[in-house]
Amino acid sequence: MLNVYVNNYVIVFVFLCIGVLLPVGALAMGRFLRPHVPDEAKQTTYESGNNPFHDSRVPFQVHYYMFALLFVIFDVETVFLYPWAVAYDKLGLFAFIEMFIFVLMLVLGLVYAWKKKVLRWM
Amino acid sequence: MERLLNSDPSWTNLAVFFGLGAALLLVVLAFVTYGILAERKVMGFMQGRYGPNQVGGRWGLLQTVADVLKLLLKEDTIPKAADRPLFILAPILAFAPAFMVLATLPFTDAFQFADIGVGLLYYIAVSGLTTIGVVTGGWASNNKYALIGGMRAAAQMISYEIPLVMSVLGVVLLAGSLNLNDIVEAQKNVWYIFIQPIAFIVFFIAAVAELNRTPFDLPEAESELVAGFHVEYSGFRWAFFMLAEYVYLFAIAALTTVLFLGGWHPVMFFDFIPGAVWFALKFSVVVFVLIWFRVTFPRLRADQLMELGWKVLLPVALANVLVTALVKELFF
Repeated sequence: MLNVYVNNYVIVFVFLCIGVLLPVGALAMGRFLRPHVPDEAKQTTYESGNNPFHDSRVPFQVHYYMFALLFVIFDVETVFLYPWAVAYDKLGLFAFIEMFIFVLMLVLGLVYAWKKKVLRWM
Repeated sequence: MERLLNSDPSWTNLAVFFGLGAALLLVVLAFVTYGILAERKVMGFMQGRYGPNQVGGRWGLLQTVADVLKLLLKEDTIPKAADRPLFILAPILAFAPAFMVLATLPFTDAFQFADIGVGLLYYIAVSGLTTIGVVTGGWASNNKYALIGGMRAAAQMISYEIPLVMSVLGVVLLAGSLNLNDIVEAQKNVWYIFIQPIAFIVFFIAAVAELNRTPFDLPEAESELVAGFHVEYSGFRWAFFMLAEYVYLFAIAALTTVLFLGGWHPVMFFDFIPGAVWFALKFSVVVFVLIWFRVTFPRLRADQLMELGWKVLLPVALANVLVTALVKELFF
């Protein structure tokens, strides 16, 4: 039983290796095939023909951060929901009510964010 | 395979698994090659034109092969202003998870790789990693279009990950397991698309958004962002972003088949046709529908996209989970 378990994760590890090796290998091989003639114009940043001015990593809209926060909240919720769903057969009505209260609280948070116009993309 | 799984984990096992994994890689690459051709052909058909018909005979069978070879021979430029290590790392970060998720997908009862207990969770967790590759690429390019594209991609992918994950919960509740084999087994009589139609619709919309395909292709909206997060990429580095996208297309189509269309189970009494054929058929239908979407729908606006995810899909998915749990509690 343990062997099956370990072997299955060995497979996952092998897939990780292949997933990394293919791009690394292909790019290394491609080095021998592709031309390499760098010049000033090729290496400038593309900006529709204008000369790029100042760094592009400027302060960004705060909205992205809000959505990231919401994502973390609901992703953690799913972390709780998954084991609950798997074990639901054994847990019964009590677990349903508990989860209902938990989800309700998060939905209240979503409604709050909605009312505060966080979900409006400007 | 059974004996191999039961044996002590050794280097020989690792080598055998490596060989099998490499074989799957070839299958996936073949799918990507002809999937792209099929996409272009179907789009051509739907738009009243021919599509590729020059390279490799009337059907353009070698068109994608020629494209890939061309990319291999392209010069690889890295802009001076870019963050070099991250720029090089980004395509690998985007591609590796795309291939990793295939490890747990059961194609038929015999043709499958890792049969782990948390298969579905593994898929969802690993597929989320691609977002990091995309953001890294957009950030490292030090290009305004790339940065906006990368940020949009991140915002979109995390927003649609939630409904995707929530909609699948309905299936998990009914099957009582996260193991994809168990989920297929539970659909022996009725497919989950019929018991969980709402979950299916939410899942499918969220899946299209996760794939960054039209109508949710804002991260690479050509007409406004040039190409989004991969503006600065050329040659094979760019090819790996595209490859990751199409490997995800493969993975999502396979996952949809497994979760909602009964995997390799036959339709009614047609069980003399082997499971592999059934899987391939259902898989092809899903891929065709995804291509059909691309031709039919116009691109959404950024605000519509976010509001659809958070105000429509998320509440619907949550309600679906609770209703499923309640129905299961009361009637089963």
